[in-house]
Order: sequence, then structure tokens, then C-alpha cells
Amino acid sequence: MISQDNTAVHAHRDDIGSRMGMWLFLFTELLLFGGLFFLYSVYRFLHQADFHVAAKELDIIIGTFNTAILLTSSLTMAMSITAMSRDNKKLSISLQVVTILLGISFLINKYFEWMTHINHGIYPGSNDYLSMDSGRRLFFALYYVMTGLHALHVIVGTVLIGIMTRFTVKNVITHDSYVKLEAAGLYWHLVDIIWIFLFPLFYLIT
Amino acid sequence: MNDDAAIAANGHVSFLDYQGKYKGIRAWILSTDHKRIGIMYLFALITFFAIGVTFGFLIRLELLTPGKTIVEPQVYNEFFTLHGVIMIFLFVIPGIPAVFGNFFLPIMIGAKDVAFPRLNLLSWYLYVTGGILIIVSIIMPGGPADTGWTFYIPYSVRTTTNVIATGTAAFLLGFSSILTGLNFITTIHRLRAPGMAWFKMPLFAWSLYATAWIQVLATPIIGITLLLIIVERVFGVGLFDPALGGDPILYQHLFWIYSHPAVYIMIVPAMGVISEIIPVFARRTIFGYKFIAFSSLGIALFGSLVWGHHMFAVGMSDAGQFVFSFLTFMVAIPSAIKVFNWTATLYKGSISLDPPMLYALAFIFLFSIGGFTGLIQGALSVDIHLTDTSFIVGHFHYVMFGGTGMGVFAALHYWLPKMFGRMYNMKRAKVAFWIIFVGFNTLYFPMFVMGWLGMPRRYYDYLPEYTVYHQIATVGSWILIIGMGIMFTNLIRGILKGNVVTEKNIWGGETLEWATDTPPIHENFEEIPLVTGTPYEYKQNDIEELPEEVIH
Amino acid sequence: MDKHHSNIEHAHGYSIYVFVWMALLILTGVTVTVAGINLGALTIAAALLIASIKSYLVLTIFMHLRLEMKAFRVFVSVAILFIIISFFLLFSDYSFLGAR
Ligand code: HEM
Ligand SMILES: [Cu+2]
Repeated sequence: MISQDNTAVHAHRDDIGSRMGMWLFLFTELLLFGGLFFLYSVYRFLHQADFHVAAKELDIIIGTFNTAILLTSSLTMAMSITAMSRDNKKLSISLQVVTILLGISFLINKYFEWMTHINHGIYPGSNDYLSMDSGRRLFFALYYVMTGLHALHVIVGTVLIGIMTRFTVKNVITHDSYVKLEAAGLYWHLVDIIWIFLFPLFYLIT
Repeated sequence: MNDDAAIAANGHVSFLDYQGKYKGIRAWILSTDHKRIGIMYLFALITFFAIGVTFGFLIRLELLTPGKTIVEPQVYNEFFTLHGVIMIFLFVIPGIPAVFGNFFLPIMIGAKDVAFPRLNLLSWYLYVTGGILIIVSIIMPGGPADTGWTFYIPYSVRTTTNVIATGTAAFLLGFSSILTGLNFITTIHRLRAPGMAWFKMPLFAWSLYATAWIQVLATPIIGITLLLIIVERVFGVGLFDPALGGDPILYQHLFWIYSHPAVYIMIVPAMGVISEIIPVFARRTIFGYKFIAFSSLGIALFGSLVWGHHMFAVGMSDAGQFVFSFLTFMVAIPSAIKVFNWTATLYKGSISLDPPMLYALAFIFLFSIGGFTGLIQGALSVDIHLTDTSFIVGHFHYVMFGGTGMGVFAALHYWLPKMFGRMYNMKRAKVAFWIIFVGFNTLYFPMFVMGWLGMPRRYYDYLPEYTVYHQIATVGSWILIIGMGIMFTNLIRGILKGNVVTEKNIWGGETLEWATDTPPIHENFEEIPLVTGTPYEYKQNDIEELPEEVIH
Repeated sequence: MDKHHSNIEHAHGYSIYVFVWMALLILTGVTVTVAGINLGALTIAAALLIASIKSYLVLTIFMHLRLEMKAFRVFVSVAILFIIISFFLLFSDYSFLGAR
């Protein structure tokens, strides 16, 4: 009896295996944020009223806009893979570039958002920060840590896609070998999913 | 020489003599061969273990008399922190998977390597970097962390010692552990030899599989927790700091969400080793193969649900305490299943007490004591009395050292001849074993007694009535260290100068590695084996090969 | 098996992506609107439900979970289950907290 899923043994390349590794890595990313979501839920549970009030200080419009940007970037990313699989290299490259640009515009928005809070004196260590109610402070602590870590992931993701674009140009990634691009895509979508949860948890609890 | 040419030229010689792209030391530190990486782990691990033991020795020496014996209290705190951090993150957690898993998992399942060889090398580098960072923190201004390996808040944000360095190191080590886990899961899913169905895998592979899942799912939680301590120290965001409204107990939750499953990362692979060794030296097939395989998964599952038993005295809600106490009792079941199956395997076997078997039996004995004392602590009312006493120290040393430590020693004696093609001195190995066994119990058993009498853990000083126990324990530490000294010298001597072994199967082992050359060739097998029967059929060294047309 | 082994057409067509993208945008709109209405305790439930649906779409379509072999789906369930169970255990402490 020769078991089914062992075709990889002798193959020089195992795309399923690569994707499996990537998914497992994504779980670790998910749980990294999972720890923060635990923190969030406990503190929100303990300080419900404060969280509601504090959330009013975030700008729903920018938040929604940024959500749309990330969702769209996920679309372009997914499409770039299809383009690649259909041997449409040019289209794939332009879609990757669009994804990167969307990622960057997300970060720019994020930067201005953070700056508004910081200009209002809300940042760890400031006098305002140290003297506010603990509930509100915890809200902002979580806000900074979680969106900060997320932004870090967006940065890593854009760099990663940038590398993939280079690979595509150099024909390292081709229409019958594009698992690297897929892996970058998986990463990017995970970053998107995390934002899908961050958005309502921070912006929509007013 | 590129890889293909190298394999054609000398793919049939032992992996130790293999000449690839690189020469000299680079042939090792740049090698992606799972066997070489396993051996690099081995040497790094033994080095760190020796450092850890030194700190253990110093702790014990300080406790020889009440009051000051050799160092000031601050230094004592740094000693036990370094001891704990090194032993936990650099010895017991990576130990068996990184060394023996790396070396033998691919061979046992009939693969040429792990799924991601380069990632494997990266995880070795992360491991070594983390280890060096911990050592460097000793000489950094401010001194090494003095928080205990648990980094409890609020002390860990207040102390002026180098918590950030140690935290970063632990983070890197966690990452290394994750990469190993991820690699093993993919390897087991994708690279089993043709015909090797799930229930034809050796039990060691099963144990690594279960462990790998805990590594992948639980380790990120400690990763983020350590990051938060660093963020807390650098920016003062106040997520844990009670002075800023944070909840230090939430920190403990997060810490133990990882760290209890982590104790199963430590013990499950050792159980896998024991499940391989017992049948070989009892000349019997393992009893209850499937039960043992599933109990590994059961441990991985239940082990993730019991972290609260480390927090019975911190003011958890009654409901929480009840739930966690109940689940703690549940988790004993899969471990007990294993012990029962091992003893059933031994029953009526013709047992030969070679060194690997001695250590395996010691494992069963010491681990059982550790496990039972664990149940004692799992009972709510009793634990209130016992928590943070040296009873706990006794408990976890019986489990981690008596369990995993003995598992490592058993694996060393079982597999080193295969890995290096040289044999250590059997008689000396047995002598060392008995000294270690006596030393171990002399060192740790008194801890149960004095803990029961109320001796707190991590204390620098103690009341005169505890003196006798402390002194027995300290003497025990000397015996133990002498025993380990003999053992390691014997093993290292064996590796370097021992009698050459060319026989494939020195113990009458039954898994695939015993059907490969000693030491194995560069890509383990001349041809990928075809598995037709059970995992335990390779005593006679006959590997079936795939008919050509199936391969291509 | 072999279909998966090579990369041939390991991707969906463009139209289904655009379709999913529109669904995601609409759901974003819904969740913003719902947040404006005061539903009390249900607000958070609604928000999480919608976020879960969105994630499900991303996972299955954008991330090709539907095209992968079954093991991948089992993996994802295990990871999510691990988070959920840990969450409940954590709250077995916090929900019943009297005085801490
Ligand atoms: C000769 C060997 C060893 C000696 C003499 C020794 C001794 C000790 C002592 C006396 C303590 C108690 C410190 C306190 O008062 O809290 C301790 C703590 C500890 N030991 Fe060992 N030990 C040895 C080996 C090991 C091994 C092999 C492991 C891991 C498998 C280990 C893991 C730990 C841990 C995790 C702690 C707790 C550290 C903390 O409280 O932060 N030890 N050891
Ligand atoms: Cu525990």
C-alpha cells in the first residue's frame, strides 16, 4: 500500500509543503496577536464605560477608509497570483505594485492618525497619559501596541511583496513556480484579517 | 563543487566525512544537513547545560548554611534566575527535539532531510544567539536579570537589571523553537516514506508531532508577553504595571498559557524516546502503540488547558480555580496511560540493563514521583500550603530533570554510537548512572520534605531547623555533578576515541535508523525506503526499496 | 493530489475575487452602520460576527483554503479552537472575579 499524500518524497520541490509551512507560520502570527486580543478583552471587560468614551477619540472615517484600503490591497494581491498562474507577468507585476502602494498609503494614514493623538498629548510617558483614568489609558495603551504591531506587519508585508516583485521581474517567480508569491500573499491576507478585527474593536465601540 | 556533483562523488560515505560545497568549520556551520545541525545543537546544548549546572551548584553552595555562605542576596537572585532561564529555555525545551528530533526524525520516517533545511539552520543560529545573549547579560552593566525565569510583573518592570536582554534572548529562543516545530509538522505531513501511514510511524515521531503543535501554537503567546515586558520597560505603556492600572495577574495568565504547555514541550519528546527504548531492551513489541500515540496528542490538548494551576494562590476567582484544578487532574490521565503501557511492555520481557535502559527506567521511576507530587499540588487546598515552597522545586526537578533530563541521557546512550560510529565505555556508563541516580535523589528528595515543612522557594536565608535538609541536598548536588561529570567524559571520550562501530544495529533496535549505515550516509538512504509493515520491523536491516517506476 | 502538487491553476478567477471584495466592503459598511445603532451588549456581538464572516471570506477565497487539501482546514480549525478555548478559560477567572 502506498499512501496518498507522500508524493513529495522524491520531488525536488513541494509546493504544498511550502504552503503548509507558511500557514503554520501564520498561526504563530495569529497567536502573537491572540495574546493581545486576550489583553484587550480582559481590559475591556473590566473597564467597559471607559473604553466606550475613549473610543470616541478615534476617527471612524479614517478607520473605515483604511479598512477599505487594506481590503482592496488584498484584492489586488490575490489577483496578482491569478495573473501569475495565467502567465500574465506584466499584469501580475502591476497588481503587486498597486498592493505595495496601498500598503504604503495605509501606513501614511496611520502615521497621521497617531500624530493627532500624540499632538493631543496622548502617548506613553506624557503627563496627560500618566494622569488619565486607568480605563482610558489602557485603551490607548492597547491602541498603540496593537495598531503599532499591526503597522509593523504591514511594513514587513510591503517589503516582502517588494521582494516578490523583484523576483517576478527577474523570473525567479514564474507562471509554473510561484509558491513564493503565494506565501507573501498569505502573509498579506493575514495582516488584513487582523485589521478586520482591530477595526471594530477600536473604532466602533462608541 | 555543487550539491549534485558532491552527492554523486561522495554521497555514499558517512555524513561525517561528506565533502560538500564548504570545507572545514564552514562545512558545519553552513550545513543544512539535518544530522549536522542536530550535532551542532548537541554541542551547543551541552555547553549551555554545563553553564546551567554551574549556577545550580552555586545556588546549592550558597544554601549550605543559613545566612551568607558565598555571595550576597542580589547575586543569589541572579544565580537562580540564570539557572532557571538557561535550563528552561536552553536545555529542556529545545533539548530532545532539536538534537535527536533533528537527527533522527527524518531517518525514522524515511526522508532525506527535514522539509525546510535552511530554516532549520536558521533556528540553530537563533538558538545560539539567544544563548549567547543570556551569557553576555551577565557581564553587561546592571547585571543579569534577577526576576526568576518567570519575569513576574511588577518586579520585572522595576528592577534595574538587564531584563530586556534576557527577555529578548528568550524571545529569540522561542522563535527558534517555533521554527523547529513548524519544520517537523511539515516534515511529518509531507516527507514520510511511501507506505508509511500515520500509524506506521515510530512513537518518537508521534511525540515530536504532538510537541511541534504546542511549539507552534503556544510559543507566540510567551513571545508577545516578553515583548510587552520590554515595551513596558522602554515606554511605560502601563499594560501590566499596576501603578498605571494594568493587571499583573493578567501577566501571569499570559505567561502560563505558554509556560504550562511548555512543560509538555519538555516532557513529551522524552516520553517518545522512552517509548522507543523500552521495547528494544525488553525484547518485546511496544504494548498499546495507538494508546501511546494518542496520549501524546491528548497531552498536547489537555496540557493547554491547565495553566491556572500555577496561580491558585494569587486570587483567581473560585470558579477559575475549580476549573483549573479539575483539568489538572484530567491531564494526568494521558501521562498515566503511557506509564502503564511501558510497564506492560516490560512485563515478562527479557530485560537487558544496558545504559540506555537504565536511564529509561530511571525516567519512569522519577517521572512518576514528579507526576504524583504534581497531583498533590493540583489539589486546591493542599496547593495553598505548598505553592512557592521547595516542594515545588522538588516537583519540577523530578519531572524536568528526572524526566526530560534522564530522557536526554537515555537518548545520548542509545543513539550516540549511531550518530558517531563509536562506542563509549559501557561499564563506566553504568557506574555514572548509579552515581547520578543516588545524587539526584539525595539532592531533590529533601526538597519535598522541607517544602512540606514550609521552606519557601527562592529564599536566600532560612531558619536553623531547615539546615539539615539543605545540607543533605547540597551534598546531593555534589554527588550528582560528579556522576554527570563521569557520564559526559565517558561519552565525549567515546565519541572521540571509542571503539569504532560499523554494525548497523547495535542494540537490536527496530526502527528505520537501525537499518541505515553507522553513521548514516549524507542523505540517509541509498534509496528511499518502502514501508510495508509496522514501524518496528527493521531489526534485520532489510529496507525494501521502491520499484523504479513508482519513484519517477 | 497531482493537481495540487504542481501549481497549475492554484488560484481562483478574477471575477470571484472582485465579488468577494465587494462583499467585504459592503460588510464593512454594515458594521459601521450597526455600530451607530445602540444595541447594548449585542453591539460587540454583531461587530465580531461580521468580522468573522469577513475573515471567513478572506480565508477561504483570498487565501485559497478551499483549494487546499483537507489537512489545511483542520489546521486552521485547531488554531482557532485553541484561541477560543483559551479565551473561555481566561474568562473562567475574570467573569467570576469578586474583589480583585
Ligand atoms: C546539578 C544540577 C541542578 C542543581 C544543583 C539544581 C538546583 C536548583 C535549585 C537549588 C533551585 C532552587 C532555587 C530556588 O530556591 O528557587 C533550582 C531551581 C530551578 N531549576 Fe534546578 N538544579 C539542577 C538542574 C536543573 C535542571 C536539569 C533543570 C531543567 C530541566 C532545572 C530547572 C530549574 C528551574 C526551572 C528552577 C526554577 C528557577 C526559578 O525559580 O526561577 N534545574 N535548581
Ligand atoms: Cu503547570
